[in-house]
Amino acid sequence: MISIKNVSKHYGSFQVLADCSAEVKKGDVIVICGPSGSGKSTLIKCVNGLEPFQQGAIAVNGISVGDPKTNLSKLRAHVGMVFQNFELFPHMSVIDNLCIAQTKVLGRSRAEAVERARKLLDRVGLLVQADKFPGQLSGGQQQRVAIARALAMDPICMLFDEPTSALDPEMVNEVLDVMVGLAQEGMTMMVVTHEMGFARKVANRVIFMDEGRIVEDAPEEDFFSKPRSERAQQFLSKILHH
Amino acid sequence: MGYEFDWSSIPGALPYLWTGMVMTLKITAVAVAAGIVWGTLLALMRMSGFKLLAWLAASYVNLFRSIPLVMVLLWFFLIVPSLLISLFDIPRSYDTRLVSAMVAFSLFEAAYYSEIIRAGIRSVSKGQMGAASALGMSYAQAMRLVILPQAFRNMVPLLLTQGIILFQDTSLVYVSSLADFFGVSYQVGSRDGRLVELLLFAGAVYFIISFSASLLVKHFQKRKTT
Amino acid sequence: MNYHWNWAIFLANTPSGRTTYLGWLLSGLEVTLALSLSAWIIALLAGLLMGVLRTVPNRWLSGIAAFYVEVFRNIPLLVQLFIWYFVLPEIVPVSIGDAYKALHPFLQQFLAAMICLGLFTGARVCEQVRSGINSLSVGQKYAGLALGFTLPQTYRYVILPMAIRIILPPLTSEFLNIFKNSAVASTIGLLELAAQGRQLVDYTAQPYESFIAVTVLFMIINTVVMILMHRVEARVRVPGHMGGEQ
Repeated sequence: MISIKNVSKHYGSFQVLADCSAEVKKGDVIVICGPSGSGKSTLIKCVNGLEPFQQGAIAVNGISVGDPKTNLSKLRAHVGMVFQNFELFPHMSVIDNLCIAQTKVLGRSRAEAVERARKLLDRVGLLVQADKFPGQLSGGQQQRVAIARALAMDPICMLFDEPTSALDPEMVNEVLDVMVGLAQEGMTMMVVTHEMGFARKVANRVIFMDEGRIVEDAPEEDFFSKPRSERAQQFLSKILHH
Repeated sequence: MGYEFDWSSIPGALPYLWTGMVMTLKITAVAVAAGIVWGTLLALMRMSGFKLLAWLAASYVNLFRSIPLVMVLLWFFLIVPSLLISLFDIPRSYDTRLVSAMVAFSLFEAAYYSEIIRAGIRSVSKGQMGAASALGMSYAQAMRLVILPQAFRNMVPLLLTQGIILFQDTSLVYVSSLADFFGVSYQVGSRDGRLVELLLFAGAVYFIISFSASLLVKHFQKRKTT
Repeated sequence: MNYHWNWAIFLANTPSGRTTYLGWLLSGLEVTLALSLSAWIIALLAGLLMGVLRTVPNRWLSGIAAFYVEVFRNIPLLVQLFIWYFVLPEIVPVSIGDAYKALHPFLQQFLAAMICLGLFTGARVCEQVRSGINSLSVGQKYAGLALGFTLPQTYRYVILPMAIRIILPPLTSEFLNIFKNSAVASTIGLLELAAQGRQLVDYTAQPYESFIAVTVLFMIINTVVMILMHRVEARVRVPGHMGGEQ
């Protein structure tokens, strides 16, 4: 479903991504991990064209992301994204946050959109907050709303950019639980995260990045039991000692 | 476009235009200097603990910030001279126009300067005042030696920008029939029937001076933060 | 000081007998209000458009807006006004110029002042809109785009609603400035409030009363506008969001 081939990106003289390649099949749950500055967030933002790249090719469901003729807005309407800082729209209520793109981008009627939104809010356990504003919610609640907002577009796959990194520890699990639920339903997911517990639970592959390169791309059990590269071994030993 | 441009008036009028520019620069310089001094005093008055002083300063600032500069200039042009003459018995023939314009600008701009300075003083962390007192300095000493120097360094770009605004505002002495650069340009233009060219010329000159000055300010701002 | 105060002068009839001096003042107030409000609408439209252009990725569009701002910010308002009133009618196509000059003098003055004041203030609004947009986190733009919004849609539904709320305080200052700057129009003969004040001084020989009245009227305008804008700010405030600060 997502095909990344030899993607390179530089910012001036700084090489952000170097020759990255990966294949994501339908139903895959891929966890991308690595030290800060390794390019993981950038890579995921290239998948839906939020970040441009100079070399290589990315295709989502056969549609080329880098091609200037591609209608990126149409593509993005079917690729859900969840951000580290939630990025809910503060001037709209929760229910409006979920409905606005449904009506303006997908052309659904307001009634249809509200119905879909309420179902999703119920699913993430926040139906009672439907008329509140993002500023009135906790971080964990906001992130769950953000996931619901992305799901309201009925995406074919979901991209997560460090979804729990900005959360207080006690709220991390409520968000991870929603994500685990999604994975178990068969959603294709690419998740940039440090939460190795999540990876062990639902990921079927782990990609390890360092300094802009994909250093390892292995099935989940292999990655944790016998990582092949030294860098990955160092990384794992550091973070698993918590 | 039916208008035939004829710029020939300008070269011959340059010396006269220059005297106008000198007038503009004089007023700007005096108003900036006096405005900053009086503005600093006003800021200090407002931040002092004396309720009466603070209230007086605040009322002054609010008054001058809620009325047009044109009004203040007209006040000083039409009313104040006769008031001063009757109060201080100055001979009627004394041309008070330049002095009253300078006073008007200084009093007016001081209100704006005082707001900039007040913000600047506030931006110096409270800890600085505490540290100065702990070293045994009085309020006045702390202000003079520790707070104000830092505040001013932070405010220089804003003070300079306000100066550029002042430079442009001096054109309003037109209402007092004073011959600043704009006034002279207008006179030359209507005298020679070339008002269009002279007005465009004046606009271009103001633009070049103000724009260059603002570029300089930006340059200094960049150098300060690196 | 042997000045003879006479506050009743406002109720005295003007030489033409058609109204009182107070009537003159009030008509000046009307002109000031009409001029300022219509110029403000122009300023908001121009400022919003240019402010958005300043922040788009396209260098040409952003450059045009920057050029507009620099031109209108570096020439004194009075000079701009004279250029609109004396120069523009001469250098535009003859048909437009003649149509303008055929208008009633009051309309000529009003139009020139309105366009001048509107575009002048628009340059300042532009800079505020730009700083409001830039103060938003870039993630907001990404979030909009990630949902499938085009860039214009992102500006309309995500960026501008928040940016405008953030800049309401400095926008209020610009709104107040327009009322004050409208007094400059008196120099081309428009009989707005400051000009009427001057007329009163000339006709009544009661300069103190005249000027105090005009000053008080300007202060009243100031206060009313500030109260109105505070109401607006309170109404559009986003619940749970501290005054727009991130």
